[in-house]
Amino acid sequence: MLKIRDLSVHYGKIKAVRQIDMDIAQGEIVSLIGANGAGKSTTLRALSGLVKAAGGSVEFEGKDITGWNAKSIVEAGISHCPEGRQIFPRMTVMENLELGAYTRKDTKNLSVEYDRIFEYFPVLAQRRSQMGGTLSGGEQQMLAIGRALMSKPKLLLLDEPSLGLAPLLVEKIFEIIQNINREGMTVLLIEQNAWQALNIANRGYVMETGSVAVTGAASELLHNDHVRRAYLGE
Amino acid sequence: MKQWMNLKTLVIIVAILFAVAFPQMGFKMYYVHIGVLSLLHILLALGLNLVAGYAGQLSLAQAAFFGIGAYVSALLMLNLKWSFWLAAPLGALAAGLVAVGIGLPTLRLKGPYFVISTMGFGEIVRLVFLNWESVTRGPNGLPGIPAPDPISLGFVTLTFESRVENYYLILTVLLVVLVLYYNLVHSRIGRALRAIRNDYIATQVMGIHVAFYRILAFGVGAALSGLTGALYAGYIRFISPDTFTIGESINILIMMVIGGMGTISGPIIGAIFITYLLETMRVFAEYRLVIYGLLMFLVILYMPHGIAGMLKKLSLRVRAGKKEA
Repeated sequence: MLKIRDLSVHYGKIKAVRQIDMDIAQGEIVSLIGANGAGKSTTLRALSGLVKAAGGSVEFEGKDITGWNAKSIVEAGISHCPEGRQIFPRMTVMENLELGAYTRKDTKNLSVEYDRIFEYFPVLAQRRSQMGGTLSGGEQQMLAIGRALMSKPKLLLLDEPSLGLAPLLVEKIFEIIQNINREGMTVLLIEQNAWQALNIANRGYVMETGSVAVTGAASELLHNDHVRRAYLGE
Repeated sequence: MKQWMNLKTLVIIVAILFAVAFPQMGFKMYYVHIGVLSLLHILLALGLNLVAGYAGQLSLAQAAFFGIGAYVSALLMLNLKWSFWLAAPLGALAAGLVAVGIGLPTLRLKGPYFVISTMGFGEIVRLVFLNWESVTRGPNGLPGIPAPDPISLGFVTLTFESRVENYYLILTVLLVVLVLYYNLVHSRIGRALRAIRNDYIATQVMGIHVAFYRILAFGVGAALSGLTGALYAGYIRFISPDTFTIGESINILIMMVIGGMGTISGPIIGAIFITYLLETMRVFAEYRLVIYGLLMFLVILYMPHGIAGMLKKLSLRVRAGKKEA
């Protein structure tokens, strides 16, 4: 579904991502783990067109989408749920969700998505006319994921959905990510919480200083010595 | 909710009736003049509000767009003998196009850098008016601008020579603008602009073309200021570079902030309030700027959403009180 070859991203002289390769197949959850500053978020930002790649190519469903702008990439079916939630604080929950569907032409059928999102996150239904900024951290994360689903994506990019959440909530969010995946959504998940991320993933990539250091099936990575030492704290 | 809507409709109807009846209430002509200035200031504050209040980009070039509209339409009328009705839309268009030209490079700048660039641009425009003497007559300004041509409706002919007639012309323009403005900010475009102000990155990942909407808001806001410039030129009949200064841009900004940015009623309330205040404080001469600064300070500290925001809060509190009782 997604095929990344030799992707590099530079911020001025700093080479944040160096020639990485990555593949994601239809229906998978793929986790991208690594320390702070390893280049995970930058990779995601390059995929969704927020930063321009310095080299390499990205292919999505057979189309070369390298260098496309953010709008066209959303329309092609990739939805990015950014780090730190980034909801619209002074707009209501409903308005936030509506904006998620901004690129859609079939605005008559939005209620299908609303129903689905309120099924995943019943609390959002209760809060529908509340300002986004007044929600709790967990609710904001749910809203951000819901909003990302509104564009009817084929591939969902999640950047650190567990950031700053209580352990119980983290578990709940991961459960919902699995639910969403079970209903057919392909997910690329970025996490510092390596154990959780690998537990729900099919495959994983470990990034270190801009390059992919280790890759393999998630179950293998969970038993890989290097990964265990560096990311699972053993 | 319904009661609230009814109250809102009532206030709007009363306000329109008052605005229509105002010149017939037997006030001295001086007050009608202040009325006209208020209407022009409302248009200017609405123009800035689109850029700053909705899209979240503070512009200090609004007086420059105001001036471009005034000069372009006045020069077309004076040199090419064009009718006001053709020259005014062209003045608006010129201001809008210049804004798009300026916006393309500068709207990439964020926060204070954009503000500084608009300030610089505003000053450049004023200096062009001042120094391009072969066209603008420099500091002497352009006198003898004709009034808008009469319109014949068959049974009656409307002229625009007097204060009162100009008042009604500008009020009509304002009401039309308000209807279009309301529709714009409640459309997809309005929602995109509010999203940009809320969160830049999230708006991008929603697939909203941020640069496009920013430039659109900047251009439409400038065109509105340009149209106001043409109306101003047709009313005062004389323009000079002194009117289109950074000081005027800041005046417009204060009107919007005190009234309440990001709303429609805010710029209206703020423009009327400040126009009236500026006139009544003339006796204090330069000291009025001190009062002015103090006022701005107090509003930002205690009413961050302006007068409009405060009124809304009060009415919500009254309603909540009723529910409890």
